[in-house]
Amino acid sequence: MALPKHASPLEKIWHYCYLVICGLIFLFLIAPILIVIPLSFNAEPYFTFTEKMLSLDPTGYSMRWYDLLLTFGMQAPDVPRDGSWWSDAWQNAAWIQAAKNSVIIGFFSTILATVLGTLAALGLSRPEMPYRRAIMAILISPMIVPIIIVATGMFFFYSQVGLANTYIGIIMAHATLGIPFVIITVTATLVGFDHSLTRAAANLGATPTTTFFKIIMPLILPGVISGALFAFVTSFDEVVVVLFVADFDQQTIPRQMWNGIREQISPAILSVATILVIVSIALLTTVELLRRRSDRLRGISQS
Amino acid sequence: MADATMGSAPVSDGSERLTTVDGKPLKAALMAAEAKARRRAFFLVLPLLAFVLVTFVAPIGQMLHRSVHNPGFTEHTDLSDGTQTEIMVNLRGWFEANPPGTEPDEAAYAALAADFLVLRELRAQGAVGTRINYEAPGTRSLFTKTARRAERLEAPFKEAVLDVDEDWGDPKLWQVMRDASSAYTINFYLAAVDLEKNETGEIVSVNENRQVYVLLFQRTLILSLLITALTFVLGFPIAHLLATLPLKYSNILMIFVLLPFWTSLLVRTTSWIVLLQSQGVVNDTLVASGLVADESRIQMIYNQTGTIVAMTHILLPFMVLPLYSVMRPINPSYVRAARSLGATSWTAFRRIYFPQTVPGIGAGALLVFILAVGYYITPALVGGSDGQLISNLIAFHMTRSLNWSLAAALAALLLFGVLVLYWLYDRLVGIDNLKLG
Repeated sequence: MALPKHASPLEKIWHYCYLVICGLIFLFLIAPILIVIPLSFNAEPYFTFTEKMLSLDPTGYSMRWYDLLLTFGMQAPDVPRDGSWWSDAWQNAAWIQAAKNSVIIGFFSTILATVLGTLAALGLSRPEMPYRRAIMAILISPMIVPIIIVATGMFFFYSQVGLANTYIGIIMAHATLGIPFVIITVTATLVGFDHSLTRAAANLGATPTTTFFKIIMPLILPGVISGALFAFVTSFDEVVVVLFVADFDQQTIPRQMWNGIREQISPAILSVATILVIVSIALLTTVELLRRRSDRLRGISQS
Repeated sequence: MADATMGSAPVSDGSERLTTVDGKPLKAALMAAEAKARRRAFFLVLPLLAFVLVTFVAPIGQMLHRSVHNPGFTEHTDLSDGTQTEIMVNLRGWFEANPPGTEPDEAAYAALAADFLVLRELRAQGAVGTRINYEAPGTRSLFTKTARRAERLEAPFKEAVLDVDEDWGDPKLWQVMRDASSAYTINFYLAAVDLEKNETGEIVSVNENRQVYVLLFQRTLILSLLITALTFVLGFPIAHLLATLPLKYSNILMIFVLLPFWTSLLVRTTSWIVLLQSQGVVNDTLVASGLVADESRIQMIYNQTGTIVAMTHILLPFMVLPLYSVMRPINPSYVRAARSLGATSWTAFRRIYFPQTVPGIGAGALLVFILAVGYYITPALVGGSDGQLISNLIAFHMTRSLNWSLAAALAALLLFGVLVLYWLYDRLVGIDNLKLG
């Protein structure tokens, strides 16, 4: 992108303008996400930088909203913080309950989506797969169909078959929503897959199962893990289906946030948001590392 | 993998057909092997396909059925034991015997009175009234009121019923009951596009001040187009920058695109509330810098602006990623050749570079538009009253007004639009080319 030496002054001006514009767009992308981090340490219940915060006065900052996350919903939040306080928090604090539910639902729906999705991706990337295009279209559609339609359909269906208000119902719903991501990432990994490796394994006497676990699996594992992470994030961030099919006391983090934003938005939401941003940074880093590893394994070098 | 190894058997004098070792013709053996491979591939996909059909396709199919099927006026389901009873049998008989538009006579009112006795016994008058109320607003109380006096109704029934409430003489009401007496109806679709049937059963548009749905579909389309255009305007420059920088730098800048992509939607929406509200960071900065007076802070959230800004931000990565993957492999020597042949940088961009990015623009724009049309969460949280989209209205009918059939009909129309776009996307771009990061 370096400017050639013979560029005219006008071109130079435009080039720098262009860089500034790009900088502003990047700012637009990232600023809203980063702004919640300092604001979540606000000592006042406001959503803006107080004068104390701007002058970097330590009294303008506090951990009170993070503390509220722990204490909100507890039976006795004001007693000294010993073992029983922590067990009270673990059992009763609303956000901790929501986090537990989110992790449980996310974990099982990820397992379901990843196992079924990886198997299907293996089938779909075989050249002899019949009706490949149509089946692929059906399997990707949960990502495309508006979530409110999915939630509406599941609401009617689940209340008829008795899956409404159950964890199994939510897990199945979230697995369905996560499947497209698994399929997309795993088929992308399989695009460069060298099929002579499986033939070589078969030639050397390996059964299909051995070939799968010893040869195919290690090679596609990075793709499978990124797909699983996508599926987990999808479940972890999903609120509409939960609102429609879950029982009132089946709170999840996004649902709790949704309620918080709709009713009384407090900086406690910002501290949850901060934690979630940190989680997503960790996930992004993992996926990026996996992608590079997968490229290396498949022999695609980074230039 | 190939089971059809050729036989070394006494074959080759040319007249005999080629066979495998066990004597099968080679062609048949090959076909069998291919069929086996096809089956094997299909069986790998089958569990997932079955799962998706059960948890996704079947529920949506059932919802579509509900949009044309509402048995609220023909069947009563007891909530405690689930027994189903046919209701309004007498009235249906009268409707079948008399053509549409017939003035309801004594027999009709007698049928109505007989049906009300059943309703009262089943305590079903509320449900039936609600069903009719969907299409003839304000009539629910008519049913509950009449059911209360059902036992005291005596011949002549016409006078007796009209005596309870003279609204029973409304021909519109009788038209609605006639339609509702068959569980299958397209009236909910008519309602979803601001149409209704008049007294004689002709399809007309509804009263102007009750027309909401067509307007809302239009608004959804316009806002989605605007958001798609905005993501393009913002996404094109940075995709171009990312594609032309050396990978070392572009991989770092890519984080700016991917981090929002990985961050929870609710977090991003919350951030915009924090930034844009009247006591928020942007307004405070504007006031502090003296651009805006303290008392005239700009309202940027809980209205259409809020929806547009937040959705543009959320959908921007879906535009940048396809653009980037198309721009990256574009060979820079084409532009250089154009320049060396005398083109200005603008001409070279317009005639040489831009046309090569069109597939990426198509892919990104279609994807953003498809996602925007069905958006629910962000408009619901930051949209206020004029930033709501069609999804929000579906949710309203699902959770508040409880007119589920209308919600299903609206959802079916939205789904149809989205599926057409999806089909287009598959034809133009191919779902295989969908990339995530």
